[in-house]
Amino acid sequence: MTAVLRREFTSYFSSPIGYVFLAVFFAFSGFFLYITTLQTGTVNITSVFSQMFTILIFLIPILTMRLLSEDKKQKTDQVLLTAPLSLTGLVVGKFLAAFFIFALGVSVMLLYAVVLSAFATIEWTVFFGNIIGLLLLGGALISVGLFVSGLTENQVVAAVGSFAIMMLLMLIDMIAGAIPIKFISDLIYKISFFDKYNEFTVGIFNFANILFFLSFMVVFLFLTIRALEKRRWS
Amino acid sequence: MIEVKNLTKRFGDKLAVNNVSFEVSEGEVLGFLGPNGAGKSTTMNILAGYLSSNEGQALINGIDILDDPIAAKKNIGYLPEHPPLYLDMTVKAYLDFIYDLKRVKLPRKSHIAEICEVVKITDVYNRIIKNLSKGYRQRVGLAQAIIGNPKVLILDEPTVGLDPKQIIEIRSLIKRLGENHTVILSSHILPEVQAVCDKIIVINKGNVVADDTSDNLAHNLSSDHRLSVRIEGPEKEVTKLLSTIPGMVDVKGTRMVEKGIYEYVLEAHEGVDIRREMFKRLSSRNWPIMALKSSELTLEEIFLKLTMDDVYSHGVTVANKDTESNDKETISGGEK
Repeated sequence: MTAVLRREFTSYFSSPIGYVFLAVFFAFSGFFLYITTLQTGTVNITSVFSQMFTILIFLIPILTMRLLSEDKKQKTDQVLLTAPLSLTGLVVGKFLAAFFIFALGVSVMLLYAVVLSAFATIEWTVFFGNIIGLLLLGGALISVGLFVSGLTENQVVAAVGSFAIMMLLMLIDMIAGAIPIKFISDLIYKISFFDKYNEFTVGIFNFANILFFLSFMVVFLFLTIRALEKRRWS
Repeated sequence: MIEVKNLTKRFGDKLAVNNVSFEVSEGEVLGFLGPNGAGKSTTMNILAGYLSSNEGQALINGIDILDDPIAAKKNIGYLPEHPPLYLDMTVKAYLDFIYDLKRVKLPRKSHIAEICEVVKITDVYNRIIKNLSKGYRQRVGLAQAIIGNPKVLILDEPTVGLDPKQIIEIRSLIKRLGENHTVILSSHILPEVQAVCDKIIVINKGNVVADDTSDNLAHNLSSDHRLSVRIEGPEKEVTKLLSTIPGMVDVKGTRMVEKGIYEYVLEAHEGVDIRREMFKRLSSRNWPIMALKSSELTLEEIFLKLTMDDVYSHGVTVANKDTESNDKETISGGEK
């Protein structure tokens, strides 16, 4: 697992993808920081986090699109799948590589907080709650992207596919709102990412939400493993 | 070391591998011979644990590849048809990655350096794989398979796309590896398999059509009784003379190759050597033989032969009839 993790992680920086991801992430978070805190004269950084939700939907597919699809296309999956390594190890290694790049992007928030703390005291507990929320959201989205990447051998298809699913996850509140049957709309609200992530950004540290994102990740990692397993049988 | 029992693999409706069985003992080099699409790569992919079989069993060192894939894969080094290289890595980084991936316990630096020496990639060690030529990529692929000194090497068309000098190098390398590894290699070139392998399995349309030692198969297939000969002399009379030689079945394919010299393809009964008789008769008429060689069967002809000839398709050994009783190798196509 660590071999896959290390290779994937370094490969982000032997191609432009890692740099592009981090640059765009830094640029947008910096922009939101300027708009929502510096310009309005507050140290409340939470609105930066809530804005990042939309940005992630565009950025995560870039991070995950080639994770498994490229291996299939270049036939390098043959070396991975014939090595003494379990599918779980392979999938988790790939997942963690993308997740660590994402965490590298998120780490810039610490820098922002430190800068802001020079002007006024920051509510650190809320801030770290936000960080955890963002990491969980990112992890959940990465697991979706990884799954889609495992279904195709085309990077573009993987990117567009995971983008579509993430859009759906974002719009799910609107869909739920449009359904007149209360029972069904309640059910859909239950899987709303936006609601759960928002609770983090407003400073509510709800264990149910943490559990939701974690189980979401586990489910999609499991589905990815099954998708790879199925490929072997078909 | 490797035991394959009634392996069957379907891709949808297409039967890629049909009830294939064979065994390879330790230290043996097995050649897989067959035309493109015969099921060679599929069989190898199943053995290496990349694909699953629909039916049957593949045991590596006594371990079923499906029951305990990780333990079985520890014994395997696999070079697929397209070397599975990460093009954006340097050779060094790639081999380091493979070393970690296989969880090799041998001393890293000396082990990798030794392998680079063996496959002769030391001079490209720090280059990015993308910039390497096909021959070097193939060798990096081979290095990848040998890392960790697995007991079994599975090499899918290891010499394809190489220049003649590289082919000879890789062949002698495989021969050397065969001294302390069990090797399965596939090819669609008969002389290649003949040169390197102890044992040959011919596979066609997913079925094993022959399974025998290299010498026996070569003897049966290379066909001493087919000759290509160039004779100086009048075409019609030479043809007439040749066809009267006892044991001659067919004289055909005459064409003029030089002025007054014609080429003939002769086919005699099996086990009959017509060369002496031919020489005597031609020399008595003063028609010199300008060239004489046994004409090699092309792979297509071999397949035609193997698939059409009753001897090869009804479960009888491919070996000579007199060795039949003590030869264990039967054709699995006949075991159904």
